Amino acid sequence: MTRFDDTVTMPTTRPAGCPFDPPTDLAALRDEQPLRPMLYPDGHRGWLATGHAAVRAVLADRRFSSRTELMHSPVPREGMDGPLPSSPPGMFINTDAPEHTRYRGLLTGAFTVRRMRLLAERVDEVTREHLDAMQRQGPSADLVTAFAQPIPALMICELLGAPYSDRDFFLEHTAVFNDFEATAEQQAASVTAFGGFLHDLVLAKRAAPTDDLLSDLTRTDLTVEELTNVAFLLLGAGLDTTANMIALGAFALLTTPDQVALLHADPERSVEELLRYLSIAHTMVRVALEDVELDGRLIRAGDTVTLSVEAGNRDPAKFPEPDRLDLGRRATGHLSFGHGIHQCLGQQLARVELRVALPALFTRFPSLRLAVAPQDVPLRSGVDILGAHRLPVTWDAP
Amino acid sequence: MRVEVDRGRCVGAGMCVLTEPAVFDQDDDGTVLLLDPAPPAAGHAAVRDAALVCPAGAITVQDGPR
Repeated sequence: MTRFDDTVTMPTTRPAGCPFDPPTDLAALRDEQPLRPMLYPDGHRGWLATGHAAVRAVLADRRFSSRTELMHSPVPREGMDGPLPSSPPGMFINTDAPEHTRYRGLLTGAFTVRRMRLLAERVDEVTREHLDAMQRQGPSADLVTAFAQPIPALMICELLGAPYSDRDFFLEHTAVFNDFEATAEQQAASVTAFGGFLHDLVLAKRAAPTDDLLSDLTRTDLTVEELTNVAFLLLGAGLDTTANMIALGAFALLTTPDQVALLHADPERSVEELLRYLSIAHTMVRVALEDVELDGRLIRAGDTVTLSVEAGNRDPAKFPEPDRLDLGRRATGHLSFGHGIHQCLGQQLARVELRVALPALFTRFPSLRLAVAPQDVPLRSGVDILGAHRLPVTWDAP
Repeated sequence: MRVEVDRGRCVGAGMCVLTEPAVFDQDDDGTVLLLDPAPPAAGHAAVRDAALVCPAGAITVQDGPR
């Protein structure tokens, strides 16, 4: 941690041997000042929120913007200075009201609690299909590619209305995204392939609508470019996040086997605690559109505020013994899906997927265990989301 | 207890339906529907939770005379 005129830089070093814990310095900063000045790598003097109340307050306050072109990055970006690039039309995650309201309003009906619960049976079928395949090929597997990735990939694929014959395309390119041995060129090629695929899918749905989300959207006034970007956003948000929650959730449970009984006893409560404890979307960024007084501090218009969701979710002022995974705890109020107008649109889908997939995994393989030492599981690093590149597991064949 | 919802502020996250389905629902567009503006005492704690977790601050709860 570098101190400079009462400012600090963004802590990113995670404690060795504690794969699920936030960077050590974050807790110290939170306990000192839950909202404090921070020096950004490009020289910008902005803020860092680490306390649960402070993170929540900024996310709820519409005087803070989500427009990337107004933001400074909290961590160094190679060869880039100053504000982040702006987003293409349809990437409404990076917009404010009223633009955001228009896009989100077109989608919320497709992600209601009721509609997502109706999908539980389909999630269960897809889950069983993959557990069957693991059993046939076992008694060991990489849980990331055999289980964690394909379930959310196929669900979002079906929700968008991609034909069944495109499953393999989806799964193949999903795997490239998460493959840390893939080159930048390979990953860029997968992004381009997905972009082209979604563009063609939009045109196909517009010409011949079917009963799915994308077809419904083609009946609105969104342009083909907007539709393609909305589809891309849903794909990106629905796939990687849930896949890594399934993988890291399983990993966490494999290292705390006494918690598995609680998972079976109350999957709904357990999933909320896993969401809180793992906080995979660990950092969010906002920028003040006007001067805002918060926590006795004056945040000036134009200041970037970095929100440490993971520090907020481990705030002892909100959750007692926050560093302990306790599936019996009531984790209501966690910030893992964000808060405010951008709170995760697909959170009810993610909940259904996690509530079905994780208990089913431990029911099918009661002897499931890591095939490598916990410290040898290759984890993602960086600023996007936490996750595991591979999770080698094994079990006793019946 | 009196419950009010602001459908204009609602962002359709579904947290209220998840927390207290006896009092809150979502319409076909995902926007909040108030099923019971004066819920019985047994549901009060859940309604307060729903107001607290609503990401848009669209739920107001007033404690009336018992």
